[in-house]
Amino acid sequence: MTTAVAEAQDAHDEHHGPDKGIRRWLFTTNHKDIGTLYLVFSLIMFFIGGAMALVIRTELMQPGLQFVHPEFFNSMTTMHALIMVFGAVMPAFVGLANWMIPMMIGAPDMALPRMNNWSFWILPVAFGILLSTLFMEGGAPAAGWTMYPPLVLQTGDAFPFLIFSVHLMGISSIMGAINIIVTILNMRAPDMWLLKMPIFVWCWLITAYLLIAVMPVLAGAVTMLLTDQFFGTSFFLAAGGGDPVMFQHIFWFFGHPEVYIMILPAFGVVSEIIPTFSRKPLFGHDSMVYAASSIAFLSFIVWAHHMFTVGMPLSGQMFFMFATMLIAVPTGVKVFNWVATMWRGSMTFETPMLFALAFVFLFTIGGFSGLMLAIAPADIQYHDTYFVVAHFHYVLVPGSIFAVMAGAYYWLPKWTGHMYNESLGKLHFWLSTIFVNVTFFPMHFLGLAGMPRRIPDYSTQFADFNMIASIGALGFGFSQLIFVWVLLTAKKGAKATDRVWEAPKGLEWTVPSPAPYHTFDTPPKARIAQEAFE
Amino acid sequence: MSDSTNNRPGNDNRSLTRKLLLLAAAMFGFGYLLVPLYDVFCEITGFGGRTNSVAEISREDPDFSRSIRVEFVTTVNEYAPWEFVADRDSMEVTPGKMYYATFTARNLTEDKKVAQAVPSVAPISASGHFKKIECFCFTNQEFQANEERAMPLQFIVDPDLPEFVDTITLQYTFYDTVRVSANDGS
Amino acid sequence: MIRKSLLSLLGTLWAGAASADWALNMPRGVTELSAETYDLHMMVFWWCVWIGVVVFGVMIISLVKHRKSRGVEPATFSHSTTAEVVWTIIPVVILLVMAVPAAETMIRLEDSRNPDISVVVTGYQWKWHYRYQDEDIAFYSSLDRPSVEARPKNSGIDPFDVENFLLEVDRPLVVPKGAKVRLLITSNDVVHSWWVPDLAIKKDAVPGIINETWFRAEQTGTFRGQCTELCGKDHGYMPIVVEVVEPDAYIAWVETHQQTGERVATSQ
Ligand code: HEM
Ligand SMILES: [Cu+2]
Ligand SMILES: [Cu+2]
Repeated sequence: MTTAVAEAQDAHDEHHGPDKGIRRWLFTTNHKDIGTLYLVFSLIMFFIGGAMALVIRTELMQPGLQFVHPEFFNSMTTMHALIMVFGAVMPAFVGLANWMIPMMIGAPDMALPRMNNWSFWILPVAFGILLSTLFMEGGAPAAGWTMYPPLVLQTGDAFPFLIFSVHLMGISSIMGAINIIVTILNMRAPDMWLLKMPIFVWCWLITAYLLIAVMPVLAGAVTMLLTDQFFGTSFFLAAGGGDPVMFQHIFWFFGHPEVYIMILPAFGVVSEIIPTFSRKPLFGHDSMVYAASSIAFLSFIVWAHHMFTVGMPLSGQMFFMFATMLIAVPTGVKVFNWVATMWRGSMTFETPMLFALAFVFLFTIGGFSGLMLAIAPADIQYHDTYFVVAHFHYVLVPGSIFAVMAGAYYWLPKWTGHMYNESLGKLHFWLSTIFVNVTFFPMHFLGLAGMPRRIPDYSTQFADFNMIASIGALGFGFSQLIFVWVLLTAKKGAKATDRVWEAPKGLEWTVPSPAPYHTFDTPPKARIAQEAFE
Repeated sequence: MSDSTNNRPGNDNRSLTRKLLLLAAAMFGFGYLLVPLYDVFCEITGFGGRTNSVAEISREDPDFSRSIRVEFVTTVNEYAPWEFVADRDSMEVTPGKMYYATFTARNLTEDKKVAQAVPSVAPISASGHFKKIECFCFTNQEFQANEERAMPLQFIVDPDLPEFVDTITLQYTFYDTVRVSANDGS
Repeated sequence: MIRKSLLSLLGTLWAGAASADWALNMPRGVTELSAETYDLHMMVFWWCVWIGVVVFGVMIISLVKHRKSRGVEPATFSHSTTAEVVWTIIPVVILLVMAVPAAETMIRLEDSRNPDISVVVTGYQWKWHYRYQDEDIAFYSSLDRPSVEARPKNSGIDPFDVENFLLEVDRPLVVPKGAKVRLLITSNDVVHSWWVPDLAIKKDAVPGIINETWFRAEQTGTFRGQCTELCGKDHGYMPIVVEVVEPDAYIAWVETHQQTGERVATSQ
């Protein structure tokens, strides 16, 4: 009964504009407001996580300890990873999903608007708790984002707070994912069939299923850590019949799909942008969908490629090596399709396109190192060295993060109604691209030359490349301030047209710029929905 | 959002949400299900150097054409207060024949202590083929102050041990159980 | 524009290659398997380079030729089943070509038959312990004094003045050249990982579990490595040094160590 009333009120609210002041943001159920909240939150986390990265890189600039103690260094690497993965990359994509999916499929809002509000507001609480551990007895968590026992059980007072904040992040992600699936499946414009959905929507649909499948597994794993520590269970304690290696299996059963959770929406964004600026339809829309689906499927059976040194039977190593190599095939299909989309197009190079192109180049480099890592005997040499650090930063920074940037520039005029400052955007792009390579390319050499990851200090033979990487990191970090400036001045530019770009496809370009608070109160006409894709 | 106005016909948000929540709950359960699954998997494949942790019934069926070296390694976890050694470092065994070995442990403290020995076998391909008939690792071992005690192991190496294994290492790690259960992170 | 970013990459590469003693690549190592591993690494690397040349080449041609500023009209094609089949099949074939030698090396890596020496390696927070199974020798191996003195924050000692900073131990693992050395790896507390790049061996030390691996060094010399699994605050300070000596020297070493009773107390 009460829900019905509340829902009636929601429906009632709809016919007004947003609330005023802070109430608007605290209680909003509007997908555009919530999208904005997610994006702003993720940007803040990007800077907090980035500041931690700069602490790491400043310490590693020269051999010898100059600034921090090893304990704090380990806390920095752990917190940096947790914040970037769960606080920056994932919420950024959820923010884009909130803003764009309803507009792309012709829905008035997300299917479950009040749950949407909850799934966002849980996040600041989760990260507030996580960040507060920095001030606790025994320091912030320092066992790596992978939280392997028994080491993680040596965490001080921070331990239960770490677990609790991971639980909250998980709950938030699961609620967000459910919302996205229900929206996509139930609220598409009447004549938009599933296979013809925009590719961004498709990629998110698959990602959302991945999230629902693996976030609960992570929650289970950390709950087991918690009960091992406080309630006398022995899931991972050998003395009680448990096995510390089992945690690694469960963690990576979550962990590998998780890395695809961070890249599939990026594939989606880039697949929207490249056709627009090539003035040519996306090559192989359907095979993109199949490729994304097979990547998602395969991601469940490759987890132990993170564990080639843990001591596995030969048959296990073989299986995980072959399965991992297989993932390169659909990933390759994606890259080939992007190149084919550009081929014989009529390209222009606005900032979103520049970021998308850099994505294709640099993500592919990360894919190559991934392929090398898949070769089990070679991985024995690469594992837990800076080579792995180089690999995952290539797929995550010029991969996921660049895709978020590309998406932000691409849709910003639709959000604000004004064109952003193109020259600053280009400057931001060039500095980011140059510095990202200066930072992460030398790490390949460091890893091959024998530098392990997660160490606060190193032998003098690694000094030069570390210096280069640190300079690159500082440059990359400060270049991001340009982005903030672009956002702050976003409303100063020329008025954007409704289509914004010359030839974008999709329903989001049929609504005015800025997009009104409520769009598609009635589903778009069949013809419009259809044409937007042909 | 109200189901009526914008939904595709026949699609009900509430029931889909419920199904997805159920899926999430099931996956949480699946995480826990991985624990027994992993155990079964390990017992079958010997993943993680696992050997049987409860007594195994095995008939003698010697294969005199082969001789396997069995080595013993003893470890004490986290400096637990025991002296713990194998009475012999190694022995030559015939697959399919029953053997005995003894290990000796001494409590180095003035208090009563309870230990749990955790077995592990290398190489992994051998771990499923090392059958313990009787082992002090099947139960907790209680030690009085300063007590020294010999502990028996009775085992058979399975005759279908893979061709390419000629040495098996059996390791026992001694854990102080009090430390484990009273582990409160401090 | 992409060319510029490639230039920046090349710049880094070139700068690296220019200064002689910077290691850029995986070492070839001193065992048969380390050389095989290196060859695998290089094979996959070159495959990646060639695939990269083709993919990036096509992309760059497109970026140069198919721009609006050159007045090109966009084509309208949006799929081609032939192309899609081709670029699914070719990668599969390439992957098979890579997988076969990788699998062969993996099988050889697992073959630990007929060891000449067995050493039990135990990881501790934060040092290593070695016990020679058949000799009466056992000792801890920890970070060497000069590094210990130089490592604290603001120690006042320049790491460049310390020989083998953070890569020297007080007592190295000594093994004879040409012998098959089997390592039995375990841990006392948390997970560690024992890695020496020149031997191409990395194996996790897990508490309660014994892991096995092996090497046969074909060359004498001192080979250095580090712990590669995060194991707490001093994870960066538990190096590994393996000294490979001539067999005679090894026998002499064993004798002196047994005589001087350098059996450092172990937990056993
Ligand atoms: C061609 C596809 C890919 C392959 C074959 C691949 C393969 C691998 C392998 C084998 C490892 C383990 C390396 C080791 O620890 O020894 C690894 C690590 C990693 N990969 Fe990938 N990868 C691919 C794509 C990606 C993508 C798309 C992402 C994320 C956007 C990603 C993120 C990571 C991360 C975060 C790690 C390190 C995790 C950790 O140990 O903390 N990878 N990858
Ligand atoms: Cu993975
Ligand atoms: Cu370590």
